[in-house]
Amino acid sequence: MARMKFLCDAERCIECNGCVTACKQENDVPWGVNRRRVVTINDGVPGERSISVACMHCSDAPCMAVCPVDCFYRSEEGVVLHDKDLCIGCGYCFYACPFGAPQFPQAGAFGVRGKMDKCTFCAGGPEKDGSEDEFRKYGRNRLSEGKLPACAEMCSTKALLGGDGDVIAEIYRQRVTMRGKGSDVWGWGTAYGRPEAPRAPGGPGGGPAPGQPAQPAPGGKT
Amino acid sequence: MKRLAHWATIACGAMAAMMLAGCGERPQVIEYKQGKYQGKPDQPPYAAAPFNGNKDLWERDVRNRTQNQNEYKRIGS
Repeated sequence: MARMKFLCDAERCIECNGCVTACKQENDVPWGVNRRRVVTINDGVPGERSISVACMHCSDAPCMAVCPVDCFYRSEEGVVLHDKDLCIGCGYCFYACPFGAPQFPQAGAFGVRGKMDKCTFCAGGPEKDGSEDEFRKYGRNRLSEGKLPACAEMCSTKALLGGDGDVIAEIYRQRVTMRGKGSDVWGWGTAYGRPEAPRAPGGPGGGPAPGQPAQPAPGGKT
Repeated sequence: MKRLAHWATIACGAMAAMMLAGCGERPQVIEYKQGKYQGKPDQPPYAAAPFNGNKDLWERDVRNRTQNQNEYKRIGS
């Protein structure tokens, strides 16, 4: 089996926050901690795009690289998990993560930063599968029940896909072929649009497009 | 007098036990091995019931379930 991955189709996400709610409900996530959230670019502007973001379970995870107590591990299925008994709540992983996935609940009377909490791909953690301890520390272990993460399975528009990377990539490929557009999952072009193609010199509104070099004269040196 | 000696013996015994308990303290400093996972081992998702170690069955179930996200397959394209 390939690696477990998430994929969010920005063409389909309607910013309903159903994934966020499903995650909170399924894993009994405490107040103030969001393992998953929906980010919208150009909010309110026509053409706005939303994407659901959580831990992306990186193949070369920066959180693993910076953890001073080495509490992270990657499961056989490619899910990045951590041992909360070992975590010291230093926050290095939060600074290292490009997605802001690691979350820190407030603990104690003075709001001291608690142990790190993050998306587990609904795969629990290093406790006995389905045990009370596992649920209390890491949330539900749906993967051991043969299920997929609650956020992906609850997504009403199926914008958020989760599961075997090869399978969801194939689903996405078929989807793009059927609708004939939106092959960019997410990126600069999807979020901010592409630079305009340079217009023909002498044409309507002639001259180079902003940010484009001027066209060389015919026969001139290039 | 005899009772006092009895209680003194008990008190001394309790005190000795408490002092000895300090010798049984576990080391509280973890020895980290740089670059290696230091936590508890985890078991694969197919180890426990209902799959009971049957990896192939688990993979097939998960793959089928993943296909439920494909509406073109669910409703027929």
